[in-house]
Amino acid sequence: MDEKWIVEVEGMTKKFGDFTAVDSISFRVKKGEIFGFLGANGAGKTTAIKILCGLSRPTSGKVTVDGLNVYTQAEKIKEKIGYMSQKFSLYDDLNIEENIRLFGGIYGLSNKEIKEKSEILINKLGLQDVRKELLKSLPLGWKQKLAFSVAIIHDPSIVFLDEPTGGVDPITRRQFWEMIYEASSKGVTIFVTTHYMDEAEYCSRISMMVDGRIAAMGKPSELKKELGVRNMDEFFVKLARSK
Amino acid sequence: MERFLAFVKKEFIHIMRDKRSLIILFGIPIAQILIFGFAITNEIKDAKIGILDFSKDATTEKIVNKLLSSGYYQLYSYLKDDGQIEQVFREGKVKQVVVFQEKFEINLKQTGKASIQIISDASDPNTGNTLINYTSAIINDYNSEINRNNLSGLRIIPELRMRYNPELKGVYLFIPGLIVIILMLVSAMMTSISITKEKELGSMEILLVSPLKPIIVIIAKVIPYSLLSFVNAVSILLLGKFVFEVPVHGSYFLLLGEVILFITTALSFGIFISTKTSSQQVALMISLVGLMLPTILLSGFIFPVENMPIPLQVIANIMPARWFLIIIRDIMLKGSDITFIWKETLVLFGFTALFIGLSIKNFKVRLT
Repeated sequence: MDEKWIVEVEGMTKKFGDFTAVDSISFRVKKGEIFGFLGANGAGKTTAIKILCGLSRPTSGKVTVDGLNVYTQAEKIKEKIGYMSQKFSLYDDLNIEENIRLFGGIYGLSNKEIKEKSEILINKLGLQDVRKELLKSLPLGWKQKLAFSVAIIHDPSIVFLDEPTGGVDPITRRQFWEMIYEASSKGVTIFVTTHYMDEAEYCSRISMMVDGRIAAMGKPSELKKELGVRNMDEFFVKLARSK
Repeated sequence: MERFLAFVKKEFIHIMRDKRSLIILFGIPIAQILIFGFAITNEIKDAKIGILDFSKDATTEKIVNKLLSSGYYQLYSYLKDDGQIEQVFREGKVKQVVVFQEKFEINLKQTGKASIQIISDASDPNTGNTLINYTSAIINDYNSEINRNNLSGLRIIPELRMRYNPELKGVYLFIPGLIVIILMLVSAMMTSISITKEKELGSMEILLVSPLKPIIVIIAKVIPYSLLSFVNAVSILLLGKFVFEVPVHGSYFLLLGEVILFITTALSFGIFISTKTSSQQVALMISLVGLMLPTILLSGFIFPVENMPIPLQVIANIMPARWFLIIIRDIMLKGSDITFIWKETLVLFGFTALFIGLSIKNFKVRLT
C-alpha cells in the first residue's frame, strides 16, 4: 500500500435494488489534505460517505480507509475515523462537559485524557462560562464548532464531515473553516461534503459527483482554468449543463 | 467497559432531565396504584336497596336485617306497591329491590315454601350480577340456619370456600395486573421510544460510526429502563404487601426471577418495535395500540380469557402479558413453585428469543 494515500477507492458501486446510487467511482485521498466531495443532493455523496465510514457495504469495488479494508475490517476503521453530520450535533439535553465526556468515553479515552482535552477544548472555543449549560441553549454555530472538536477528540487519522456548515451563518462558517485548517495543519485528513460552492475553493482538491459518477476531480484552481470559469459556482453550472 | 459505562450514564441523564419520561416512569405507576387500590373497585359496598314486603312478619324482618347487616347494602326505603319498583329504578335511587310475597312466614311454616323476588338493575351487568349473588348467598345462609334446627327434611347444603382470596378482595386482582402493565409500559414502550428518538435525531448514525458495537449501544440503552422497571415492580409488590395486604405465598426468589424474565421479554419487544420504525410517534402508537390496550383488555387482567370468543382467545394467547399474569398470580396467591408454571415460563422464553431473533434480522437487513 502506498503510504501517501489514506482513502483508496476503485470501482466502488452501490445498488439499492434496480437503482444505482454510486456507479463504479474511483478516487484517492492524500494524507493531510482537505478533500472536498461535492455534488447536488441525490448525486450519491451521502451513500459514498456512509460506505467509507463502515455504515453501509458497497455492492462491489475495492475500498480501503487508512489501509483497512471496508469489507473485513470495518470495526477497526471505526476506531480511526471521526464523523460529523449536519443533522446531528451532540445531545441537546446534556451540557457541554457531559457531551465531551460521553464522546471521549465512547472513543475509549481515559478519564485523565478526557479531562485534559475538555479543558483545552473549552478554553479554545471560549466556552468557559457556559460549560455547564445544556446544549439546547447554545446557538447552532457554537454547537457545530463544538461538534467538530468532539469529532476529532480522539485524534483520528481522517474525519468525515457531511455538510457540516448547513444552516450556519457566513461568519460562523468562516470560523468553522479556520478550525478545519487548523486540524488539517496537525495532520488530520479532512473529507468534507458541501453544497456551498464558495467552500469548495477552500479545499486542497475536490471531486464533483453527478448522478452517481465522478464528473470532475482536481485542484480548484486547475479545474477553473480547464473550463475557463472565474469561480466554482460557474464551474458547477457549466459542468451540470454539459451533461 | 468504560465506553459502555459512559453510555449508560448518558442514558440516565436523558431520563432524569426529561420530565415526560419521569412522569411515565414514576408518576403513572403511583397514580395507577392509588386509583386501582383505593378508587376503582369491583367490590360492592353500601349498595342502595329497596324492600317491598307484602307480608311484614318476623321472618321477613329477620331476612331484611340479615341483608342490611352484611355491609353490602344500605336501605333506601320500604316500598309500598309494585308500581314504585319501576319508579325507583328509573330514578336511579336503588340498585336492587327485594320483594317478599304475602303471608311469607305462614307459607314457609305450612308448606315449607315461600318466595322472594330479587330484582336488580342490570344496566351495569357486573354489579347486577354480583348483587344477585350476594343476596342469594345471604338468603341461602338463612335457609340453612333454619334447617339446622329442623332435621326432618333431607337437604343438601353446599358449603362454599373461595380459595386463595377468601374475602374476594379486588386488590388481589389488581396488584399482579398492575405489575404486568407497568412493566410493559416502562420496558417496551419507553425502550422503543428512546431508541427511535436516537434514530430520529440522527445520533444513531453517529453511534454506529463510533467503535461502539451496535449490540452494546442497544444494551446500554435498555439497562436504565430495565433497572427502573425492576424498581417499579418491587415497589408495587411492597406497596401491595404493606398497604393493601396482598400476600406473596410463593418464593420471592422465583417471583423476582420471573419479573426479570418478563422485563427481558418486554425489552426485546420494545427493541423489535424500534427496528421496525424510525419515528417516535409511530413507536408510541404501536406501543399504545398494539401493546398497552391488548395487555389491559386481553391479558386476563380485567376480563377472564376463558370467557372470550375464540378469535380473541387466540389473540390473547399471543400476548406475553397473559402468560406472565398467570405466573405472577400463581406465585403470589397460590404459592405455586416452578413445577406448576414451567410451561408459562417457557412461553415467555420463547417470545423473548423470537423478538430478539427478529430484531437482529431487521437490523442486519438495514445495514446492507
